[in-house]
Amino acid sequence: MAISVKDVQHIASLACVELDQAQQERFAQQFNSILEYFKELDGLNTEGVEPTYHVIGLNNVFREDEVSESLPQEEALKNAPRHEKGYFKGPRIV
Amino acid sequence: MSMALYEESVHKTFDRIKHSRLNAYITLDKENALGTAKGVDDGKIAGRLAGMTVAVKDCITTKGLLTTCGSKILSGYVPPFDAEVVARLRNEGAVITGKTNMDEFAMGTSTESSHYGPTKNPWDMTRVPGGSSGGSGAAVAGLECRMALGTDTGGSVRCPASFCGVVGIKPTYGLVSRYGVIAYANSLEQVGPMARNVSDAALLLDVIAGHDPKDSTSVPHDARYTDHLVDDVKGLTIGVPKEYFGEGTDMKVEKAVWDAIMTLNRLGADYKEVSLPHTKYALSAYYIIAMCEASSNLARFDGLRYGLRTGKDENWHATFSRIRAEGFGEEVKRRIMLGTYALSEGYYGKYYLKALKVRTLIKKDFEKAFKGVDVLAAPTMPYPAFRIGEHQDDPLSMYMADVDTVPVNLAGVPSISVPCGFAGKLPIGVQFIGGFFDEPMIIRTAHTFELNTDFQKLPEGF
Repeated sequence: MAISVKDVQHIASLACVELDQAQQERFAQQFNSILEYFKELDGLNTEGVEPTYHVIGLNNVFREDEVSESLPQEEALKNAPRHEKGYFKGPRIV
Repeated sequence: MSMALYEESVHKTFDRIKHSRLNAYITLDKENALGTAKGVDDGKIAGRLAGMTVAVKDCITTKGLLTTCGSKILSGYVPPFDAEVVARLRNEGAVITGKTNMDEFAMGTSTESSHYGPTKNPWDMTRVPGGSSGGSGAAVAGLECRMALGTDTGGSVRCPASFCGVVGIKPTYGLVSRYGVIAYANSLEQVGPMARNVSDAALLLDVIAGHDPKDSTSVPHDARYTDHLVDDVKGLTIGVPKEYFGEGTDMKVEKAVWDAIMTLNRLGADYKEVSLPHTKYALSAYYIIAMCEASSNLARFDGLRYGLRTGKDENWHATFSRIRAEGFGEEVKRRIMLGTYALSEGYYGKYYLKALKVRTLIKKDFEKAFKGVDVLAAPTMPYPAFRIGEHQDDPLSMYMADVDTVPVNLAGVPSISVPCGFAGKLPIGVQFIGGFFDEPMIIRTAHTFELNTDFQKLPEGF
């Protein structure tokens, strides 16, 4: 199934990136050639093969539930473009 | 007699950088660098890297020093903490020169996608230095630092090492802490050393390797890599994976790599052809996994806590989408969107899960190969540095350049790239790949090769 400009618009909305018309058209064409290349994997039988999410055996890493040093509020807010009363200030959600 | 040896030398390095056309750095830290050098001169600062200049890739967090990841979206971001690897550098007395240029969010093979302009290859200013750690590679080759840190997600240390004629190591996954490394694809990436010779690269690895409780993927593993800088490959068996040669590989590269294998053979190593049968699927599997992880990792760039925030706030979705449209370059958008698509309902099994299964097969290929050989030798890149702009309008053709580097990241094993010849004036690199945590083996092989050959050269005019 080929990716249309409409599909690109939908993915852009899911990924929260605005694209202009020229970009949408370019991406549709590029996505099709990249996804066509990925089709190569369809030819490989992976039945019964376990997926590898991580190459090392990942275990939960626990620590004691103790208060330790953390970033002071002032430091944490230093890079925030907009903040108010010690909070990050975001746009309206509802 | 001058008592300010290090300080003077650091002054000279900054002079060189000031007059350079390479664009290897995004941000310099001259004042602190000179302060550290003076501290070493005065005997107040010591350590294994005392007074040595080290450049740090711009996706590695540095306290109080601008960290942009080569992206507009992080313009103005000054981290309040040091990455673990940076803390270790400082602890050993390193003189940190600054932050090196890179493909935006480490997504690229050429350093052309940086918001801060492309870095040039010191061997040929019309060509790319490789990527994504192209600034680090060019800075090392162009004498703008003694050594540098890069990150390698799909070849991003080894590719610029190969294109710039220097040494680069991609450590075993889990050997080096990723705390403070701005993530692109966290199940694949490792911080790695770059230097003009294997000894310096091993020294830098000694300093940055080791368990860090702040990174849950960090593996406790003790080794001293500089102990393995020996001139001896007698009795080793080198595997030559046939899938890394042939179609798509430049003849001069193929010849230089075979010459390297023959050199090691003369020095007492055996060699035999081996097969890693799933190699041809690695590129697709790598890009699917990396894009999926990227789409999730880069969701944090929303202009809220740090970075770019422009215009008037509208509703959340519109504001977020506009900031990301302005802040991210095209390759980053492409990868985030393809990752979003591959993870979306109905496609998860076809792309992401399938790629993870292919990854298992690739890892098993390596495990099987290392039952019969000590180390693998292969081209790092299928061809020497390409021209700036050559792959500009065709992202897939750029991805193809990573064909020999990505399998290593999928499997998690270590690899070192060292110069092994020239195509005209452009350097060629050979990579020696080892089994899990067998950095000692690849360092020993690379060091022996380097000691017995003469490919460690400076670019013309440097």
